[in-house]
Amino acid sequence: MISLKKYSNVARYQSLIALFFLCLVLALMTDNFMTADNFWNVMRQISVNVCISVGMTLVILTAGIDLSVGSVLALCGAITAGLLKNGIGIPSENLFIGFTVFGVVVAGILSGGAMGFINGYAITKFKVPSFVATLAMLTMARGFTMLWTRGHPITGLGDSFGFLGTGWFLGIPMPVWISGIIVLGAVILTSKTRFGRYVYAIGGNENAARLSGIPITKIKIWVYALAGMLAAVGGVLVTARLDSAQPNAGISYELDAIAAVVIGGTSLSGGRGSIWGTVLGAMIIGVLNNGLVLLDVSPFWQQVIKGLVILVAVIIDKSNQKGE
Amino acid sequence: MKMEALLEVQNITKKFSGVTALNQVNLRLGKGKVTALIGENGAGKSTLLKIMSGIYTDYEGTINFKDQVVQFSKPRNAQDLGISIIHQELNLIPYLTVAQNIFLGRELINGFGFLDEAKMNQKTRELLVRLKLEVDPDALVSSLKVGQQQIVEIAKTLLTESEVLFMDEPTSAIGESEVEVLFTIINQLKAEGKSIVYISHKLDELFALADDYVVLRDGQVVGQGEMNQISREKLIAMMAGREIKVNKKLERTTSQEQILQVQDLLLKNPGNPLRPILKNINFSLNKGEVLGIYGLMGAGRTELCESLFGLHHRSSTATIVLDGKEVSFKSPGQAIDAGMALVPEDRKKDGIVPGMSVGENISLTVIDKVSKLGLLNAALQSRLYSKHVDALKIKVSSENQLIKNLSGGNQQKVVLAKWIERNPKVLMLDEPTRGIDINAKNEIYELIKKLSHSGISVLVVSSEILEILAVSDRILVMSEGQITAEFSSEEVTENKIMNACIPENLNK
Repeated sequence: MISLKKYSNVARYQSLIALFFLCLVLALMTDNFMTADNFWNVMRQISVNVCISVGMTLVILTAGIDLSVGSVLALCGAITAGLLKNGIGIPSENLFIGFTVFGVVVAGILSGGAMGFINGYAITKFKVPSFVATLAMLTMARGFTMLWTRGHPITGLGDSFGFLGTGWFLGIPMPVWISGIIVLGAVILTSKTRFGRYVYAIGGNENAARLSGIPITKIKIWVYALAGMLAAVGGVLVTARLDSAQPNAGISYELDAIAAVVIGGTSLSGGRGSIWGTVLGAMIIGVLNNGLVLLDVSPFWQQVIKGLVILVAVIIDKSNQKGE
Repeated sequence: MKMEALLEVQNITKKFSGVTALNQVNLRLGKGKVTALIGENGAGKSTLLKIMSGIYTDYEGTINFKDQVVQFSKPRNAQDLGISIIHQELNLIPYLTVAQNIFLGRELINGFGFLDEAKMNQKTRELLVRLKLEVDPDALVSSLKVGQQQIVEIAKTLLTESEVLFMDEPTSAIGESEVEVLFTIINQLKAEGKSIVYISHKLDELFALADDYVVLRDGQVVGQGEMNQISREKLIAMMAGREIKVNKKLERTTSQEQILQVQDLLLKNPGNPLRPILKNINFSLNKGEVLGIYGLMGAGRTELCESLFGLHHRSSTATIVLDGKEVSFKSPGQAIDAGMALVPEDRKKDGIVPGMSVGENISLTVIDKVSKLGLLNAALQSRLYSKHVDALKIKVSSENQLIKNLSGGNQQKVVLAKWIERNPKVLMLDEPTRGIDINAKNEIYELIKKLSHSGISVLVVSSEILEILAVSDRILVMSEGQITAEFSSEEVTENKIMNACIPENLNK
């Protein structure tokens, strides 16, 4: 009989060992892997996936899935960039509203929250399966992104906005700060608050949760709204780093996020898993990507290898559960 | 009692994680006989059927079929020998047609290797004529009424040309005319020399059909013989007659202060508007009273609790007064806030969050009590855990032990703890001791008494007569969605309860 806490430790331990060996092999086989430059490079690259994956973890813990995060990321990035560059103008009233960097970031995150809210509302009130509701949002958000940008990148966003993506603070890149703060917040949320406890309870046994008086609809809507907001944060980071909002940003990011969650040991059937596991999962994927590039492996083989890693991770996780 | 036995089981014992479900059961099924298998819920009838039909494969003892020892590794083995089972729950696939369901797994193939739909439909039509069911073989099963589906289920079994047929409550969902057809068929099968095991709560049916009877109680055979040698009263006494350890209720006068009044509760039946699940439900509950609700499966007991708990607010209507205020709950959350609590019947499905620890399960309903400034506080949760583990004598290794690794009795105590901590006005317990051992049962009975003495009103739903008799101050009996009788604890007897709960289908 292994307790939940101990079990998660075992899983975490395995991911850590995997990450360690991955780093060891890369350190031995390449000259550039163990350099400070490369370290921060990897950390900066994974920060976007970490933001999205944290939201994805919450959704998957409730036994749902959110396929829309990649498109939501793109649309929120475009909204942020568009508002910053053009503001809102209403010519007939001769009215123009300009935005500060802070203002556009808040607006972008709120837009992401609204899209997530729509997901959650459809899923809870109309009982649309999460797979379908978020698939619909994936398509719609991409369409709105194309409409908003007219199919062209929005560029020239200024240094103070770019700082969010490329700047450094106290020797650490800004995206790493931002994703790190999100991770800490999410760890507290999931392990220390009633909201987090309810998320686990809903995923673990929704019937029992309902009969215990837990407001399932409210919690689930919030979970999807948070996932949307975190995707929006990812959108801000991507846009700031490239100094441009690309209409094609974030395509298939949902798959990387799901992969990180799954490699991190969170069960797709809900109720079991952790934010730390997801962070490790994202790091494994990030280091693997980086290492395969450094090793000059062809991009086609990179995909094959990533797919294999996901498969092996889940097989190991399943055999852990059996031993329970 | 020597007779030609088609199927014989010897010394069958079956345990579920330590709890003995069947203990040294012996049974002989005669050729051309209908054997009634009788017992209260949880006596082990279904377990025995599942062993004899190859669903449970790990047990002690032997099964002989035509004087040969057989050991099934899957239900298909039993079917191939000609042993089939008609389940209480329907096992049909809703979006396949009647014919497709009947031939599922035994499809007929034509010369080209394709499905021979025409022939299957033709055979289905013949079967349905025999069963006097007027539906098209091409009709989707989901478009049939529940009773018709039950007949399709029976048709499926007839197709296999079985020699031994188990029928688990086959008439629970069908009307009188269909029951007649079923009885005709059963008599035909009997004449063909088949063995039939018939499980039913409706004693009249058993007296009309069965040749032999076997009574199970607590997993043991407590009586068997020929049906025409025994009276109804004796059978009932055999089913229920277990010595019970719970001391008679303490003498005390319950308060006359009414805490809950229910008037004209109606719960609509989405499948059949003419037969509501609950109707004309009127009763009241006094402060500190234990009200027992007895009824057979399908009587509507669980639905009554669920309706009071706000789970059916769209399909039910009622006037409910709780503690002097009229209430109408739209969700369990509202019911809980008003002082209601429900310990559900199916612990695994509705009661516990299996992957969570004992401590986390206890604090689920009172999360505010273990939080400080919006953050969960481990020390507060530990204190809550220790308090209840000591008070309810929950056997658990640590606060972090997963609840799914506890025994049924201890799981139930954890579920009780999370409600006791809320100090409800009305505590509803739906089958509070299902699947738990006798010691834990007695502990829970004591607990119910203690809670009622502290002023909590308790509503106990049970299909075990002795349980109801042991804990209740007053007893309501339900049958087919209605309250059919009310007894005080002084006047009640087992017979009175049994007579009040038998549905009227066949009495007329």
